[in-house]
This record gives sequence, structure tokens and C-alpha cells, in this order.
Amino acid sequence: MSRNREQFRPEGHPNDHFLLTTVVGSYPKPKWVDRARDLYEDDEADFDDAAWQEAKDDAARLITGEHERAGLDVVVDGEMRRNEMVEYFAHRIDGYEFNGPVKVWGHNTFDKPSVVSDVEYDETWLVDEYEFTASVTDRPVKVPITGPYTLANWSFNEAYDDTESLSHDLADLVNTEVEKLVEAGARYVQIDEPALATTPDDHAIVGDCLERIADGIPEDVRIGLHVCYGDYSRIYPEILEFPVDEFDLELANGDYDQLDVFTEPEFTADLALGVVDAHDADVESVEQIKTNIRKGLEVVPPEQLTVSPDCGVKLLPREVAYEKMANLVRAAREVEQELDAGEIEVDRSAATADD
Amino acid sequence: MTERIATTPGVYPLPDWAKGDLADLKGHQKHDLVDGDEGEETTAVYEEARAEVLDRQQNAGLDRVVEGQLRWDDMLAHPLAVHDSVETRGIVRYYDNNNFYREPVVTGDLAFDGDVATELDAASELVDDADELQAVVPGPYSLADLATDEYYGDDDAFLDAIAEFLAGEVEAFPEVETLFVLEPSLVENPPADGEDERASEAIDTVASAAVAETDVVVHTYWGALDEKVHAHLLDADFDALGYDFVANHEDNLYNINEYGTKESIAAGVVDGQNTLVEDAGQIAERADWLEENTPAADFESIYLTTNTELFYLPYSTFEQKLAALGEATEIAEVKA
Repeated sequence: MSRNREQFRPEGHPNDHFLLTTVVGSYPKPKWVDRARDLYEDDEADFDDAAWQEAKDDAARLITGEHERAGLDVVVDGEMRRNEMVEYFAHRIDGYEFNGPVKVWGHNTFDKPSVVSDVEYDETWLVDEYEFTASVTDRPVKVPITGPYTLANWSFNEAYDDTESLSHDLADLVNTEVEKLVEAGARYVQIDEPALATTPDDHAIVGDCLERIADGIPEDVRIGLHVCYGDYSRIYPEILEFPVDEFDLELANGDYDQLDVFTEPEFTADLALGVVDAHDADVESVEQIKTNIRKGLEVVPPEQLTVSPDCGVKLLPREVAYEKMANLVRAAREVEQELDAGEIEVDRSAATADD
Repeated sequence: MTERIATTPGVYPLPDWAKGDLADLKGHQKHDLVDGDEGEETTAVYEEARAEVLDRQQNAGLDRVVEGQLRWDDMLAHPLAVHDSVETRGIVRYYDNNNFYREPVVTGDLAFDGDVATELDAASELVDDADELQAVVPGPYSLADLATDEYYGDDDAFLDAIAEFLAGEVEAFPEVETLFVLEPSLVENPPADGEDERASEAIDTVASAAVAETDVVVHTYWGALDEKVHAHLLDADFDALGYDFVANHEDNLYNINEYGTKESIAAGVVDGQNTLVEDAGQIAERADWLEENTPAADFESIYLTTNTELFYLPYSTFEQKLAALGEATEIAEVKA
């Protein structure tokens, strides 16, 4: 069990057991945020920088509050200020340029950036976002950051010999950003590496990057790694060597068909288990989610279990996203009570810090 | 003297204006994609975009021009995705890319369709000289690899059916100078022992469907073929084999020198998946390098091309790559 988990247990938590509830990061944007963006990008509209900033602040406040109301122990602002997980960062890193949209599938495109020279740190990426979110809530705030391997692999690389050397340089920039976030008070950072699913053989590169990111970061800062939609048998158990406290994994979507991968060898880190599907608009019942949480207890003891959705929920209708969060929290609290009462048998005891 | 021919494997990016217009007209979800029965407005956008990319190729001085395959929402799986006997299901990953296509599931007899021939008919109206038009089809091995069979029952029968289907489509093509048959799966998911021979026979079936005057190029990419697959492939009857010198020049060179190749080759010397634009001089140098390093070969033609399809690139970069390719063969002609 990681030693920095207990700080996220809310004061007055009703149960002895504590299953940390949180989200992966993104959340559906209110329609008026998209309208505000359109106005901001329309030269003829009377909508300046200040108005756009205010719209983003309003959205971040609103969604942070929505996470609080759902009862989540650790909240995010739903990434209201970010347009896309690679573009957002590439705009803030020297060395990137944009040449236009490229197809992902069908008519879904993104502005895939090109790395045209050595990447360098310029302005901060997320400190303002963190400080604002922390100022509008009393709950701990998690900061999701797109990982260096994904930033490298989902860009055109014109400047570096290979993805590995570009990833390493980007990892150093992520390390700088995490240091600044920690200075600003952040205690929970999540590195998102969805690209690892496309090229699982590169897990060693991701591991090296995480060593760079974690370098010099105090132990009380919780570092998570989010990976989704891949064949986990190709990265486990190697990922246990990564210097992270928690692995956040998508598993509900595949109905836990990959759960066995993580039982042998023993899962020594904390597990943030996806318990609701991020791409299915049917809201899972509390009972269903409780069943899913118990799946997690087959892999780790309660002291190592975090409960979250499979992935960012930004593509769901907003009311569906909210209901999923609310049910997720209810289910976690009920499972805690059942654990307190000894009604759930736990196979595994907590891994010690020496494991 | 080896002739250098500037061309591309097709499957282009849509011009940015068409990306926007089509997203508005068709939508963003999987049931919104092309089904072979588009409405008038959508068809008009594709016609305008087709004319634009043909114009770009002609202006760039390419020696072969393609229709552009702008309607191929599902990339190489397109000819099946629009077929009546095929259901398109979930979104699945397109090789090792951050791109996705609808999984085509064959649920009935793959009878003649004619979708690709219709596109080529439209393109042939727009080229001045029929000599320069190049058709593009997925190879049978790759198309079978991208699809799922729920009708033919076993892998061999399915591959044969796909080959016969593609052959029927090719027979309906208007007059074209060249036919590019794209076979990335031969590299990415190579056929096992025994299977390699059948893959070669399937390619032979498709290549033989083209009229004798058409040069057939079987193009492979994302690496080099296994030696045995390469050897078997040379047994099929076609005119040029394509190699990806961007992803793996060493093994491709080895295959050519060790096993020989066809009379002509296609050389993927321009990166279809990177915005770094090679200039014409570099492209010509790569062709020189290739000729110098294949001492035993005396190629009739070298098709200079991007290694992969081009839809991965932003439109502006795509235009620059076409221009460089077109210019590269002019350099060679001046030097000669």
C-alpha cells in the first residue's frame, strides 16, 4: 500500500474502511462552454479574452461542484479548460507546431502537432487550473497530465531520432510541471498514457519516463498512471516496477475479462479500478457497481483500492455522467460498510511497504 | 535506363474545407459513415474534393494520378464496408495507428459491387490523358485480414472469396495505366507456412483481372516482408513489387539482393506518416542510392512513392509531399 493514501480520507468519513473514490479526469462540457468557445474564436463576435476566461472559470467551478455533490473524495474540474489531451499541452510547449487537422476515424479529427525542434518548457501548463480548482473546493484535487510517451507518440516527430529520445525530453518537462504543481499545493497527480495500449512493447520507455517524472517529487505526493483499452498481459507485471503509487485501469468495458492478468504475481501497488463504463450511456446500478468493486478486491485488499470510472467520461451526456459518479460513490460507501461488518471476505491482506 | 515514375498509394486526406462540410453533412458517429448510398449534397462535396486532389496531383507533376479514395472512411476496408453482404460493427484499430475503422463482418455472398469502379469512372472524366490514371485497391490478404467472416466458414475459402470479389471489381475498372494493390498486412500480420502460398495465389487472382496493358504494382509497407513470404509473392503474376524504405531499408534491400524481385519496383522513399517534408533532391538521392545498392538488378521502372497511404497527414503537408515527389522525377530527367 502506498504511504500517501490516508491523507485523502475525508474528515468524519463514516466507515472504518476507506475506498478512495475519484474520476479519471475529463467530464462532459456544458453546451454553453462550447458556445462561448465558438464566440471567442469568431472575430466578429464581441467576446474577448476576459469573457472567455470567465466562461472557463464558471465551467470549472460548476463541474468541481458537481463532483462534490456526487460525493467524490478527490475531485477534478472535469478538464473544462482543455480542448484535447495532446493539443492542449503541445500549445504550451516550445518545439511544437500545428499544420492542421488529421483524421482519427470517420469525420473525427484532431490537430495532431509536429515536434519541429527540441522541446522546451515555457509557461506553466496546469498550475493556474489547479490553483483555481483548489480555491473553489475543500476536497483534495487530482491533476491529470497527459504523459510524455503519449505526447510523443501522438505527435509527428520531425526533430528527434526516435520516440524514446523525444519521450525522455518531454518527461523532464512533465517533471518540471509536477514540481510546480507540488509547490502550488497539489498532492495527487495522474499521468495519462493511453498510447501505451497501441504499442505495449514500449512499456520500458514509459517506465524510464516515469523515473524522470518522479525524480525529486516528495513521497507524500501521490502519483498515478492511467492506461486504457489495451492488452494488459503485455505490460503486466513489468509495470509494477514503475515508480508510481497507483495504476488506474479500464476494466468495466471488457466486463473484467482481463482481471486475472493482475492476480499473478501479486499486485503490489494501489489499484484504481474502473467500475463504470465511460462509453456506455446506460447508468450502472449501485448493485452492479458493488459487484464490480468486489472484483477489485480479488486483486488488492481494500487498503489498496481506489474506485473510479474506466476512463474520462467527456463523451457521455452530462446527466448520465453525474448519475454514474453518484452511484459509484454510493456503491463504494456500501461496500465499506459491508467490509466493516465483516460481510465481505477479503482474500488478500495489504502488501507491506517493503513489498 | 531505369524510368522513374512519381506516384502515391492513394487514400488521401480530405481538403480541410471538405472535412468540415462532410462532418456537418454526415455526422461524427459510426452509423454516419459512407455506405455507398450517399445523398446528393454529400456526393457533391466528394466530387469537388476529388477534382481538387486530381488537380493537385497534376500540378505537382506526378506521373500517375489517383482518384484519392476520399470516400474511404474505413480506409483499406472500404470496398467491404459499403458492400450489401457486409455488416459494419464496432470501431476497431487500424493496424498499429491511432486510427480506427468499422469492423466489416461478411454475412453473405460477396457478389459484384462496382463502388470503386464508379469512383474511377468519375476520375477518368477529369484526367486529360487516360494514360496517367492509377487505380488503388486493397490486396486480398490485407482485406481479409481487416475483415471478419461469418459466411464462408474457413480462412482459405474466405481469402479466395475476397480475391474473387476484388478481381470482379478490377474487371469493371475503366482503362487505367497502373493498378496499385496495397498489402500492408503481409508485413504487419504475415501469413504462416502454407498460408503464404495461398496469399500469393489470391494476389495473382486480383492482378490477373487487370487488362494486359495495365501495370500492376503490389505494394507492401510498415517494414519488410519475411523472406519466405517475399519469395512466394514473387511467384504471383504482376509487374512491380513495392517496398517500404522508410520503415526498414536494410531488410528490404536484403530481400531484393538475395531473392531478386520483379522487373520493376515501387520504392516507398517518402514518409507518409510524418510532417517532415523531404525535398525533391533528397528523394532523387534515395532513388540513386537504391539503384547503386542493387547492383544485380536492372529495373525497368522505379515507382517513387510515399511508403504508406497519405490520410495520416494534415492536408497542407500532403500537398507539399506531392510537390516534392513530382519534382523528384524531373531532377532525374534533367540529370539524364
